[in-house]
Amino acid sequence: MKKNSSVVVDLLLLLLAITVLATPAFSDLVLSKVERRIDVTSQIARVTKTLKVVNSGSESVSEFTLTFPKFLSNNLAYLSVSHSEGKGKAKRSLANLSVKEAHPKGMPDSISFYSVSLPKPLSKGDTLTLEVVAAFTNVLQPFPEKITQRDIHLVMLQESAQYLSPYVVESQSLSIKLPNARIESYSKLENTKVQGSEIKYGPYKNLAQYSYAPIVVHFESKAAFAVAERLVREIEVSHWGNVQVTEHYNLVHRGAQLKGEFSRLEYQDRPNPQGVSAFRHLLARLPPRAHSIYYRDDIGNISTSQMQSDSKKTELLIEPRFPLFGGWKTFFTIGYGLPLSDFLFASEGKRFLDISFGSPMIDLVTEKLIVQVVLPEGSKDISVTTPFAVKQSHEIKYSHLDIAGRPVVVLEKNNVVPDHNQKIQVYYKFSNINLLSEPLMLITGFFVLFITCIIYTRADFSISKSSAAYLAKLQWDEVLATLQEVQNIIQKCLAAHDKLEASLRDLSRTGDIQTCKAARKSTDSLLKDLSKELRPLLASLQSFPSASQISPKVEELVAKERELQEKLMAKHTTVVEGYEKKSSGRDIENRIASQQQKIIALRQEVDDLLEFIDEI
Amino acid sequence: MAAKKASPDLLNSSFSFKSLKLKTKQQELLLRVSILGLVYVLAFIARLFSVLRYESMIHEFDPYFNYRTTLFLTEKGFYEFWNWFDSESWYPLGRIIGGTLYPGLMVTAALIYWTLRFLRFFVHIREVCVLTAPFFASNTTLVAYFFGKEIWDTGAGLVAAALIAICPGYISRSVAGSYDNEAVAIFALLLTFYLFVKAVKTGSLSWALGSAFGYFYMVSAWGGYVFIINLVPLYVLVLLITGRYSMRLYVAYNCMYILGMLLAMQIRFVGFQHVQSGEHMAAMGVFLLMQVFYFLDWVKHQLNDTKLFQTFLRITVTSAILVGGIALGVGTASGYISPWTGRFYSLLDPTYAKDHIPIIASVSEHQPTAWSSFMFDYHILLFLFPAGLYFCFKRLSDATIFIVMYGLTSLYFAGVMVRLILVATPAVCLISAIAVSATVKNLTSLLRTKQKVPQTGSTKGVGSSKSSSKVTLDQSQPFHKNGAIALLVGVFYLLSRYAIHCTWVTSEAYSSPSIVLAARGAHGNRIIFDDYREAYYWLRQNTPTDAKVMSWWDYGYQITAMGNRTVIVDNNTWNNTHIATVGRAMSSYEDEAYDIMRSLDVNYVLVVFGGVTGYSSDDINKFLWMVRIGGGVYPVIKEPDYLVNGEFRVDKGASPKMLNCLMYKLCYYRFGELVTEYGKPTGYDRARGVEIGNKDIKLEHLEEAYTTSNWIVRVYRVKPPTNML
Repeated sequence: MKKNSSVVVDLLLLLLAITVLATPAFSDLVLSKVERRIDVTSQIARVTKTLKVVNSGSESVSEFTLTFPKFLSNNLAYLSVSHSEGKGKAKRSLANLSVKEAHPKGMPDSISFYSVSLPKPLSKGDTLTLEVVAAFTNVLQPFPEKITQRDIHLVMLQESAQYLSPYVVESQSLSIKLPNARIESYSKLENTKVQGSEIKYGPYKNLAQYSYAPIVVHFESKAAFAVAERLVREIEVSHWGNVQVTEHYNLVHRGAQLKGEFSRLEYQDRPNPQGVSAFRHLLARLPPRAHSIYYRDDIGNISTSQMQSDSKKTELLIEPRFPLFGGWKTFFTIGYGLPLSDFLFASEGKRFLDISFGSPMIDLVTEKLIVQVVLPEGSKDISVTTPFAVKQSHEIKYSHLDIAGRPVVVLEKNNVVPDHNQKIQVYYKFSNINLLSEPLMLITGFFVLFITCIIYTRADFSISKSSAAYLAKLQWDEVLATLQEVQNIIQKCLAAHDKLEASLRDLSRTGDIQTCKAARKSTDSLLKDLSKELRPLLASLQSFPSASQISPKVEELVAKERELQEKLMAKHTTVVEGYEKKSSGRDIENRIASQQQKIIALRQEVDDLLEFIDEI
Repeated sequence: MAAKKASPDLLNSSFSFKSLKLKTKQQELLLRVSILGLVYVLAFIARLFSVLRYESMIHEFDPYFNYRTTLFLTEKGFYEFWNWFDSESWYPLGRIIGGTLYPGLMVTAALIYWTLRFLRFFVHIREVCVLTAPFFASNTTLVAYFFGKEIWDTGAGLVAAALIAICPGYISRSVAGSYDNEAVAIFALLLTFYLFVKAVKTGSLSWALGSAFGYFYMVSAWGGYVFIINLVPLYVLVLLITGRYSMRLYVAYNCMYILGMLLAMQIRFVGFQHVQSGEHMAAMGVFLLMQVFYFLDWVKHQLNDTKLFQTFLRITVTSAILVGGIALGVGTASGYISPWTGRFYSLLDPTYAKDHIPIIASVSEHQPTAWSSFMFDYHILLFLFPAGLYFCFKRLSDATIFIVMYGLTSLYFAGVMVRLILVATPAVCLISAIAVSATVKNLTSLLRTKQKVPQTGSTKGVGSSKSSSKVTLDQSQPFHKNGAIALLVGVFYLLSRYAIHCTWVTSEAYSSPSIVLAARGAHGNRIIFDDYREAYYWLRQNTPTDAKVMSWWDYGYQITAMGNRTVIVDNNTWNNTHIATVGRAMSSYEDEAYDIMRSLDVNYVLVVFGGVTGYSSDDINKFLWMVRIGGGVYPVIKEPDYLVNGEFRVDKGASPKMLNCLMYKLCYYRFGELVTEYGKPTGYDRARGVEIGNKDIKLEHLEEAYTTSNWIVRVYRVKPPTNML
C-alpha cells in the first residue's frame, strides 16, 4: 500500500503544480491532434503518441518540449521521437530526433521536461507530425500486493486521460490496450468507452496547457513480470571463428507476491498449467546459426529447455528449475556460440564487432545490464559506438594461455527494455600474427618437456661418480652393449648361412655350379671377417667380472655357431661335388641326410642360446 | 585371405623394427611404455561415462562436502581453511572443519587447480574436483604396474595395471564426479605399500622415507590409513615368526613407522592417536618387538654359549611381554589409551554395529557384502585370485608374502563391509595379474618352442625332403601345443569377458550421480528426475540466508553445498544425540515435534518422498532407522509403536502413532487427493505399492513451502507461533 499512497501524493503535487502554472508556456506551438495508445499487454507499458504540431506564432521554432509527470518519468526506460512526413500510405518515418532532458526554470519538480530538437525550424503556419515511443517499467503496480496461489493477478495503471503538455491541445484521444477483457475497475470520465480489452478516452477538444485528468485502470494481467535485477552479458571474440556469448541472469518475478503455502497438487492439477501468477518459462530469441547452447546455474545443468532453429532465428525456450511465483528469485546462465563471420566486419583498417546490446529474452526488463565485450589478446585502439548513452569502462580478463590478458570493454546501463536491443559496434585493431601466439606457446611447452625428458635420460645425474654401485652399473651397460654386438654378428652369420642354403637350392634348380661356387667363396670370406670381429668382443666380455655368468653361454653360442658353419660347409662341398660328378639327386640327398639332421639340431641350439642371451 | 595378408604385414613390421635399429630391449621398453600409456588413458576415459551420460557434476553425498570445502580453500587460502569454524552445519553447535576432516583430497585438488592456473589454464574448480578421481585412478594403474613388477615381473605389472584400470570394485568409487576421499586414498594406499615393499626388498632408507611420506599422504586423505598401520606391523610380525627377519626389514619398518607417525601427527584430525588410541597400538608393539629382536640378535652375536643365550632369551622375552602388557593395561585403565572405536569393532565383529550403533548400521554401504556384489565387482578376478595365491606361494619372497597378506586381510574386511571391497581391489587385481601373467607366460613358452621349427623352415623354404623330417619332429608333442593354444584362447576369452563386464557395469551401475535420477519412459525415451537440485536451488534462492533447515542427516551435506543454508545435522555423524533429536522430532506428533523444532530454531523442514515416482530410498523407508536412532537416546520413542505385529506399514493397517507422526504427515500431506497411477485409488503410494492410511492430513504448525515437480523433495515452512491476542 505504501507505494500506492506515495503515488497518490505525487498526483496531488502534480495537480497543485498544474494549477500554479498559469504563465504561458514555451512558444506558440499548438498541438492540433494528439493520439495516444498505451499498450499494457506485457509488464512494460509502451506508450505511442502521434502529435500533430502547428506553429501558430510568428517566429520559427526549432525546439519542441515533451512533458511527463515525474512518477512516470522516473520509470522511463526508453524514449524515442521521430518525425514523419506525408500522409496516409505515403507516410514514412524519418530519422530519430535527438532528445535531451531539460530543466527549465520556474517549473515544478513534479513534471519532467524533455526537449526535442526539430529537424528543421518550424516556420509560421507549418505543421509537423511527431511520433513518440516511450516504454515505462514498474508502472503496472500489482494490487493487491500479496495474493495466494489461487487468486488472479491484478495490476493497476495510473495515467491521465488528458495529455499533459506545455502546449494547447486542440484534440486529444487515448486508448489503453489491456491483456484481456477482464477489467476490475476503471475511472469513468466523459467519453469513456470499453471495447473488449480496450478502453478509450476522448476525444477531448481544446484542452488548456497542462491539463490533467487522472485515471486509474485496475485489470488482470497474465503476463510474466520477469525482471532481471542484474544481467551480465559476456561477449568473447575469438578470431578462430567464434563469438561466445555468456549471459548471467538474476531473475525475479516482480508481480504480486505469493502469500501462504505453495501447493504442488493445485499447481499441477490446474487445467492451464501456467498458473495464474507464476510463469514457467521464458523465450529467448537468439541470432541464427547459434550453436553449442547451454543452460545451467550454480549447481549444474538444467535439463528443461527446448530449442528450435531455422535459418532466420534460433528460439530457446528455457524453464527455470522451479516455477516463479511473485517475489521468487532465481539465477541462471545461458551461453551460446555464434559464427564470427556474422558479427565481425572490417572497415578502414579496423575490425568491428556488430552485435546486439540487450538480452535476447522476450519481454524482459533488465534493471542493471552489464555488457562485457572481451576482445582477443593484443587488440588495440578500442572504441565503442552505441545508439544510446551507456557507461563505459575498461578491464583486463585472463583466460586460457593469456599472458597480458584480454582487453574488456564494459558497458553498463540501467533499466533496459527490449527496445534497447539495438546493435552496438566495437572497433579495434588486431593483427593476425597474434593468433599464432597461443599455438606457438603450446608447441614450445611440449618441446621443452620433451627436451628435458631427452636430457634426463641421456645425462648422467649420479652424485658420486666413484661409488661401487655406479661403477658396476657402468660396467653392466658395457657388457650389455658388447652382448648386443655379439648378437648382431651371430645374426649376420646366420644370414650368411641362409644365403649358402639358398645358393644350394638355386643349384638344384638351375644346375649352375659356377655361381654356386662364387656364392660359397663370398660367404667364406664374409664369415671369416665376422669371426675376426668376434674375437676381441669375446675377450673383452671375459674381462668383465659381472659378465662371468654370461660369458660361458656366449662362448658356447660362438662354438655352436662355428660347428654349424663347418657342417654347412661340408654339406655344401658334398652337394657341389655331387653335382660336379653328375650323380643323381637322390644320391646326393642320401649322402647329406645325416649332415642335414645335425645342421637342424645345431641351428635349434643356436636359436635357443640366442634367445637366452636376448632375455638378459 | 585376411590371415595371409596379415602375415606379410607382420613380417614387414618386424623388418621395419630392424631397420630402425632398435635393440630387443628397446623394443620391449617401447612396447611396455606404450601399453602403460594406453592403460593410463583407458583408466581415465572409462571413468568419464558419468560425464557423458549426465554432466560434469559432483556425485552423491560426501563429495558435496568435499567440494564445498575445496571451494572454500581455493577462495580463502589454506590458513583460513585450517581454522574454519563452520556455523552452517550442526546448528546450533557448529563444526570445526579444519580439525574434523582429512584435508588430503581438498589440498590435492586445490594444488592441481593452482598449478593449472599457474600454467595459464583457467579452469573452474568444479572441473578439477570432478576429474580428480579419474586422474588418481590413472596414477594408481602406474603404481600397480610398479608393484606388480616388484612382486613378480614386468608382465604381471602390466596385467595388474590393465586389470585395476577397469576393475568395477575400484571404478565404483572413482568415476568422474565421485570426489571423495577414497579417490586419492587408494592411490596413496597402494603407493605406500609399494614403497614399503621396495624398502623391505632393498633395505634402503630412501625407499623407507618415501613410504613414510606415502603414509603421511594416506593419513591426510582417508581414515582407512588404520588399515596400513595395522597391516604393516602384522606383516613384519609374520616375517619375524617365519624367520625372515633381516636388517633390511629393520631399517624399512623403523624408518617408516617413526617418520610416518611423526608426520601423521601433523594432521589435526589424527593428532596424538598414534600413541593414544587402541587401534594404533599394534604398530607400536611391533616396533618395540623389533628392538627386542635386534637386541637379542646382538646378544646372540656377543655370547658364544647357546645355553646361556637360551635362558637370556627366555628372561628377556617374558619381561618384555610383561612390561608391554602392564603398560597397555595401565594405559587403558587410566584412559590414556582410548579403547577401540565402534567402527573398528564392527569390522572385527560384523554383528556388533547392528546391536550397539544403529547409526553405523543404518548406512547401506556399511552392510555385510553379498556374494553377488563380489561377483559384480570382481568378476573373473574372483577365480583368478586363488590361482594367483598358488603362484605366490610357489615363489615365496618378502614381497609375495606381503601381497598375500594384503589380499587375505582386505578380502576379509571386504566381506564385512560393502564399501571395503574398494580396499581389497588392488590386492585382488595384483594377485590375479600374477595368475594371468604366469599362466600366459607358461603357455606361450610352450608354444614358442614348438613354433620355432616350422618358422625357421618356412623362412628358409627348405626342400620337400627336409620338411618331411620336421613333421616327425613336430608330432612329438602335439597335445602340448594344442592344449596350450586352447588354454590361451580360453584365457583371452575370459579376459575379454572381463573387459566387457567392466564396461557394462561402469556405464550402467556406477556412473549415476544419484542427485539426478534417470529412468526409461514408456517409449524408451530417457526421463530425468532432477528434483533434488530443484529443491536445493529453491532453498538457495527463495529462503532467507540465515534459514535453518531440518532434514534427515543424509541430505545435510547437499543442503549446505547446493542450498547454501544452515542444517541441523549432516553426514558427518559426529554427534549422535543431535541426530537422535532430529529422529525424535520426525517420529513425534506434530505438537511435540513443533516444540523440538522451535528449540532448534528450525525454519524449514525437508523430507524426501518417493510415493509419486516409486523412488524407494526415501524417508519413509528410512523411517525405522530414525525411530531406532531417536529411541536409542530418547526412550520416549519406542520402535514397536510404529510397527504392527512387527511389520512396518503405511496403509490403513498401520499403527496410529505411525499415521500421525510428523514424518508421515509431511510425506503424505495432500497426497491423498492425488491419483498417481491409472486404475488405482487416490493416494496410492507407488514406492510401497499400497494405498495410504491417512488421507486427510491437516498441518497446524507447518505449511507447504515447496514441493518439487515429481514430489520427491518436499519442503515445509515452520510457522511462527500464533499470536496470543
